[in-house]
Amino acid sequence: MIKRILSTSYLGILLVMLYAPILIIIIFSFTEAKVLGNWTGFSLKLYTSIFQGGIHHSLTSALYNTLIIGLIAAAASTVLGTIAAIGIYNLTPKSQKVMQMVNTIPILNPDIITAISLFLLFVSLSISQGYTTVILAHITFCTPYVVLSVLPRLRRMNPNLYEAALDLGATPFLAVRRILLPELKPGMISGFILAFTLSIDDFVVTLFTIGNEGLETLSTYIYADARRGGLTPELRPLSAIIFISVLVLLLVINQRAAKKKL
Amino acid sequence: MRQTTDIITVEHLSHAFGNKTVLQDINLSIGKGEFVTILGPSGCGKTTLMRLIAGFLKASEGKISIAGHDMTTTPPHLRPVNTVFQKYALFPHLNVFQNIAFGLNLKKLPKEEIQKKVKQVLKIVIMTDYEERDVDSLSGGQQQRVAIARAIVNKPEVLLLDEPLAALDHKMRKDMQMEIKAMHKKLNITFVYITHDQEEALTLSDRIVVMSEGVIQQIGTPTEIYNEPKNSFVADFIGESNILNGVMIHDELVEFAGHRFDCVDKGFAENELVDVVVRPEDIYIFEMSEAAQLSGQVTSSIFKGVHYEMTVITPEGFEFLIQDYHCFEPGHTVGLRVKPFDIQVMKKERLCNSFVGTIVDKSHVRFLKTNFKCNSAHKFPIGSKVRVAVEFQNVILHDSEEEGVLTGVVSFILYKGDHFHLTVRTKDKRNLYVQTNDIWDDGDTIGISISPESIHLEPV
Repeated sequence: MIKRILSTSYLGILLVMLYAPILIIIIFSFTEAKVLGNWTGFSLKLYTSIFQGGIHHSLTSALYNTLIIGLIAAAASTVLGTIAAIGIYNLTPKSQKVMQMVNTIPILNPDIITAISLFLLFVSLSISQGYTTVILAHITFCTPYVVLSVLPRLRRMNPNLYEAALDLGATPFLAVRRILLPELKPGMISGFILAFTLSIDDFVVTLFTIGNEGLETLSTYIYADARRGGLTPELRPLSAIIFISVLVLLLVINQRAAKKKL
Repeated sequence: MRQTTDIITVEHLSHAFGNKTVLQDINLSIGKGEFVTILGPSGCGKTTLMRLIAGFLKASEGKISIAGHDMTTTPPHLRPVNTVFQKYALFPHLNVFQNIAFGLNLKKLPKEEIQKKVKQVLKIVIMTDYEERDVDSLSGGQQQRVAIARAIVNKPEVLLLDEPLAALDHKMRKDMQMEIKAMHKKLNITFVYITHDQEEALTLSDRIVVMSEGVIQQIGTPTEIYNEPKNSFVADFIGESNILNGVMIHDELVEFAGHRFDCVDKGFAENELVDVVVRPEDIYIFEMSEAAQLSGQVTSSIFKGVHYEMTVITPEGFEFLIQDYHCFEPGHTVGLRVKPFDIQVMKKERLCNSFVGTIVDKSHVRFLKTNFKCNSAHKFPIGSKVRVAVEFQNVILHDSEEEGVLTGVVSFILYKGDHFHLTVRTKDKRNLYVQTNDIWDDGDTIGISISPESIHLEPV
């Protein structure tokens, strides 16, 4: 009995520690107070003001940039990562090991190193920094994650599927499109989502590759905002919206996975 | 039995993965409408041969013709061949109908025709009304039927079946064997069936191709293969058998197990050393009497359902496996008799190990990439090539690898009544044949040595 009380309360404390900060932000997104921690009565004004633009135009445009960059980077790295995974899968076991290590190095590499090296690369190639460089940088660090989520799918697949398609008269191209890609789809989707969240989340690499033409993503905007002194109150409802969206996305994905298993 | 038109001809086909040869000079022709089984233990190259015929692999050497066209380099999607894979390889994201219609859709046939053909073929494999089912929801046997349907719906010239029943349980396998045989009769498609199960091969085939170590050992009808195995490997692999060393005294008289027997084989040299095969069901066992050619004592007796399987050891020390409906208890003294017709005499593939070697110095000769001490090395000039012969019983095997001058792995074991005949494979893939009384297991790594006086040298 005591054991059970202890274990439940331990779990409870753990969950509170994990989710309290987010909960506080959500709670305080429903009040107008400038400073976090002051409750000045329930209000939805902050929510409406994010979407009104005007004074907070820079915030919405940062959000917009973040989403566009995320989508493009995720799509491109999904394509690249899937092709790479298929290639790795068809190597001899020995080269597979080598390639997998090569693929893991960028993941383990500290962000700051990736950021600086990309920055230096773009400078030395004299590519002007802006949208293109941020997207290229994001594709660079997202692709290995897509490889990691597609490869297990390939390994679990019946190795004869592709051959069976060829055997039934499909050209190699058709066999990939009609059989291989549908088989890899779940891995590609989870790779895409992973890449998308990584891209939205990224701050260090973005900061080094975004240039100084006034382009802002959410993370660089918040950073700049915080340095100017105090966070814009509208960040609270925005954080709440992002958190809820991610939560819903996660639930949908899990639901799909559960259904697939049945 | 064979028809005049060959649908597949394979000429001098060899294949290697890296430097490992898996197929060696395969020559084979398969007639239109024939049911041919390629039979061999795992690793014998049968799957590689199938993959070469299907086009999944490119042959290192040789030629493959299908339906009269050279298709050695034709990609798989252009060959008139369809395959049933061992693990079915059904497309999991498609339902039964879509799986079967896959090939027809690629041919861009009209919808109604595809519908009709799929329905027909589902009827052939006895899966009517399963069109909309998910393939994952089907049992193993049902998935196998869908896999067969998916292949035969395209009306290929040749249907390749790669161990299609290996994943099914015994009862199901028996049923499916009968159905596959019936389908073959009905469809008039050439079937090439790959299996390691000799019983399956005997049941299904018009002809059997027995393979071992990348080489065809024998091609023949099931009865030919069973009754007249060409060598001791085939005799041992197909069915149960007693294989013994023998001497052909003269035509129709052979000596083995210390006795002389009348037989029907002719054409051997007088006193030629031979291998003799007697099937366990061909030995008559009875209470000791005048009629006995051999006497012996029963050492074990096991009930096998239809018959008893007994081992009898003769006073000369030879062991015989015998199957009979009557049971003789262990310890019982019995008489044995074999009819001349039931004795199969085979040429020995080799009488000793032979290699080409080089004289290293006055007392050493080099072969199998190893220097061996040899008493007669001084008779030849240093550096000259010699023919090396080592008798089977003079190869010494050691438990520990360090004790030998080279190491090897036991790759094949043949019991010859009173001793074992082992094939030992050395590191650089050469075979050494050893006669021994000790019991070794398949896959044992062992040390090998040869005493200096038993290495015989001859000029090349």
